[in-house]
Amino acid sequence: MRMGYTPLGQGLVRLFEPVMPTALGNSVARLLRAAGVTGRNAVIAVPLLWLLLFFLIPFVIVLKISFAEYATAIPPYTDLIQWGDDALMSIKLNFGNYLYLVEDDLYVAAYLNSARIALVSTVMCLLIGYPMAYAIARSSPANRNILLMLVILPFWTSFLLRVYAWMGILKNNGIINNLLMGMGIIDEPIVMMQTDFAVYLGIIYSYLPFMILPLYANLEKLDVNLLEAAADLGCKPFKAFLLITLPLSLPGIIAGSMLVFIPAVGEFVIPSLLGGPDTLMIGRVLWDEFFNNRDWPVASAVAIAMLVFLVIPIMLFQHYQNRQGQS
Amino acid sequence: MVESELGQTPVASNEPEQTREPWNDPDAVPYIQLENLSKRFGNFTAVDNITLDIYKSELFCLLGGSGCGKSTLLRMLAGFEAASEGRILLDGVDMADIPPYERPVNMMFQSYALFPHMTVQGNIAFGLKQEGMPRPEMDRRVSDMLELVKLGDYAKRKPHQLSGGQRQRVALARALVKRPKLLLLDEPLGALDKKLRENTQFELMTLQEELDITFVVVTHDQEEAMTLSSRIGVMDQGRIVQVGSPNEIYEHPSSRLVANFIGSVNLFEGNVVEDEADHVRIQSAEAGCMLYIDHGVNQIVEGSRVSVAVRPEKIKISRDRPEQQDNVTTGVIEEVAYMGSLSIYRIRLPSGVMVQATQPNLDRDTRQFTWDDEVYLSWNPYSALVLTT
Amino acid sequence: MKSILGRIRFLPVCLALGLAFLYIPILSLIIYSFNESKLVTVWSGFSTKWYGELFRNQQIIDAALLSLRIAVMSACAAVVLGTIAGFVLARMRRFRGRTLLAGMSMAPLVMPEIITGLSLLLFFIALEKMTGWPNGRGITTVTIAHITFSMAYVAVIVQSRLADMDPSLEEAAMDLGARPLKVFFAITLPIVAPALISGWLLAFTLSIDDLVIASFVSGPGASTLPMVIFSKVRLGVSPDINALATIIIGIVALGVLLAALAFKRQERLQGQDARLANLADD
Repeated sequence: MRMGYTPLGQGLVRLFEPVMPTALGNSVARLLRAAGVTGRNAVIAVPLLWLLLFFLIPFVIVLKISFAEYATAIPPYTDLIQWGDDALMSIKLNFGNYLYLVEDDLYVAAYLNSARIALVSTVMCLLIGYPMAYAIARSSPANRNILLMLVILPFWTSFLLRVYAWMGILKNNGIINNLLMGMGIIDEPIVMMQTDFAVYLGIIYSYLPFMILPLYANLEKLDVNLLEAAADLGCKPFKAFLLITLPLSLPGIIAGSMLVFIPAVGEFVIPSLLGGPDTLMIGRVLWDEFFNNRDWPVASAVAIAMLVFLVIPIMLFQHYQNRQGQS
Repeated sequence: MVESELGQTPVASNEPEQTREPWNDPDAVPYIQLENLSKRFGNFTAVDNITLDIYKSELFCLLGGSGCGKSTLLRMLAGFEAASEGRILLDGVDMADIPPYERPVNMMFQSYALFPHMTVQGNIAFGLKQEGMPRPEMDRRVSDMLELVKLGDYAKRKPHQLSGGQRQRVALARALVKRPKLLLLDEPLGALDKKLRENTQFELMTLQEELDITFVVVTHDQEEAMTLSSRIGVMDQGRIVQVGSPNEIYEHPSSRLVANFIGSVNLFEGNVVEDEADHVRIQSAEAGCMLYIDHGVNQIVEGSRVSVAVRPEKIKISRDRPEQQDNVTTGVIEEVAYMGSLSIYRIRLPSGVMVQATQPNLDRDTRQFTWDDEVYLSWNPYSALVLTT
Repeated sequence: MKSILGRIRFLPVCLALGLAFLYIPILSLIIYSFNESKLVTVWSGFSTKWYGELFRNQQIIDAALLSLRIAVMSACAAVVLGTIAGFVLARMRRFRGRTLLAGMSMAPLVMPEIITGLSLLLFFIALEKMTGWPNGRGITTVTIAHITFSMAYVAVIVQSRLADMDPSLEEAAMDLGARPLKVFFAITLPIVAPALISGWLLAFTLSIDDLVIASFVSGPGASTLPMVIFSKVRLGVSPDINALATIIIGIVALGVLLAALAFKRQERLQGQDARLANLADD
């Protein structure tokens, strides 16, 4: 079946024709087309190949190394595929690393802890972010732009520096403690740094814009007429919110939640700067495993396990994004 | 690309009928030929085996409801959809492998599709620039076209600075300036309000005659089709169910489908009791009378069931029984709608069938008939039509 | 505020509190950058000496320049690749590898940076072992890494902008005689340009702000600004970092303000034009 003419549908190859109207040009073009190289394919190939090379293949390598053994070598792991004496390939799949993960309490605890922290943070972000997004969506168009600007501005400033700011606020001679002691409310500083509390605060603070923006985008498109119709039919305002607004904003809720939860699970900077030695998060564990213990196979196994754990939320996110794209 | 001359003398109105109706002339060569054209999207057939001839300088309308395939057919003519089967010939040339940017066809899009980042002048000149036209000639053509669509002062404006009607004229100018052999228009008047639509309809027709370009218009609006076209092609579910002049389509619909689609129509079912060469008699329980039509119908057998179509404006309403024997029935007026120039009455017959009749309001104030009046309905033998499909 | 939901006072209060929550840390950074005391949060007097210290700190300046270089290069490349990906996904209906491209274009948005960083480092090492390139890690590897995850963001932005655009525009251009490549450059690109600009800015910001991935794939002598900042603040708060933060916040605030003003002006003009135009219909 012949393909329809979408822009770039016949692109580059046809472009050559007026430039090289010779027999040579035409035969080159025909040869390329026969080999499947059309302008269209060439264009698709560029980002596809880049992502395959620098995104997908690295994952495959992580997978491969997760099956290797630790070795004191550079790089510090054994080869997966080894060539024997008679040039036979032997693949040594070492599940030891994965077993190690499951057996050692540290990793299981770290995974569960990360999930717990990420989940609670996501819910908190939702509780704080939803009213904010709703307020912005309901405000007058003039105010709306200013408010959006105010929400977006922190997002554009450095993530690292914003987390750093909390260090100054939460530490023992930090702003909060100084204020409370200065006002005489407390005598001893409250220990807030290097605690789970600080990590929660850090994650919620940093990821709040990621929750607000998708929620806002969804709520903004909500037809006010729907709520007016509900009121006209006798529905009280709060009930209208529960029955109409909330269900319709579900795609936004899911998008925002995924944008917070998934990266938060693997978060490193915040537990590193604000958390204590017993704030176990898997991102930090991976880092330590890699840089401090130099055990790359285990680090790889940790990463793969994290991926497996996150696959379902990631696919959920992609599914909802595609749905949005189609509507 | 062969150019048609701008400023050619329009077709004189005292020319013999033959050249004004090339579809009836056996020697005329069609300009556009669709041969067994089909288009399928997966399991769905949008265009189903269409064979159609369109002649030069026609204003041909494809008329149908949504989903009938008319837009798909138009897009195939433009080159945006490739045919699943069949072929399209334009001036004898097979359009099969010719992409849209190489066809001597231009389209006016339903959304106008004006380039928002270019001025009116830039929009209109775009097509000429693609042809590599030298600057002076291009400027001249563009300004001529602006004058033609009466937008001379708006050359430097951008689309968002124009009203809906102005944008439509720019879209038209942009397509026409290339002097295409064929101009395709996708619901050209859909976005305009009623008054503007009426004015634009006449402008379109004048433009088409002056420039002598073949137009193919897609619309769902019957009035638009009737006003604009030389011929109408009624489409339903991917097929063309009837092709003809507006008069033919309206007064001689080939099926119940077409009769129902255009305007309003009353359909009475009945059995043929007499079928001669010059008349047909049909007994109709629905109509409650004997129906007499003054022309014979081929291919029907006495006793078979047919429909008789009578348009509302052909029906006379009277208080007293008219003299004729056939085509007379009686009923009670149930609904009255006052439309200014005419009134629409809906009369319930004893058989339960509702008949629609319109009467011009000849008197300025007195109402002729009103609700619950018992009236007689009658029509002439030449006013009705027998439909077998 | 419309009282249609009866929450007359709840929403604005929530909004105000939320904004305060967002901005108090930022403001604290700015305020304490002018604190004379080395202890940062114990106020001892107004001083701008930390800004002077900052500009004398060669390590930070070098890192900043390096980060800028990488950010500009990766943003430019990310825009090109991301636009192509976004265009292909938005406009081409079906082709081999579509699901793969769609998946890979969206995954970096949610993938934890730890995983991306680790995988890229292992990839570069394996590549070096096999082919000898890249010879040591540094600017090149960091740039490649940044391009890879930035292009995903650009692709999403471009894709959604293209989805909003009337597809008839491109068809109209083809109908008027423009070949597909010409259509892309003369029609599609100008209309999509705002998305490209915001995509570039986003890619730039992501690059200049990235810590985790750069830490994994960078090499000796190529320390980016976030890497330098992180190694410093791990040990505790430091007033010159506050000064740096204030400068960055100032630049960003200025940029956002300018963008908002430009946007508002354009909207106002367009609204005027549209209103005047509609009076013209006779």
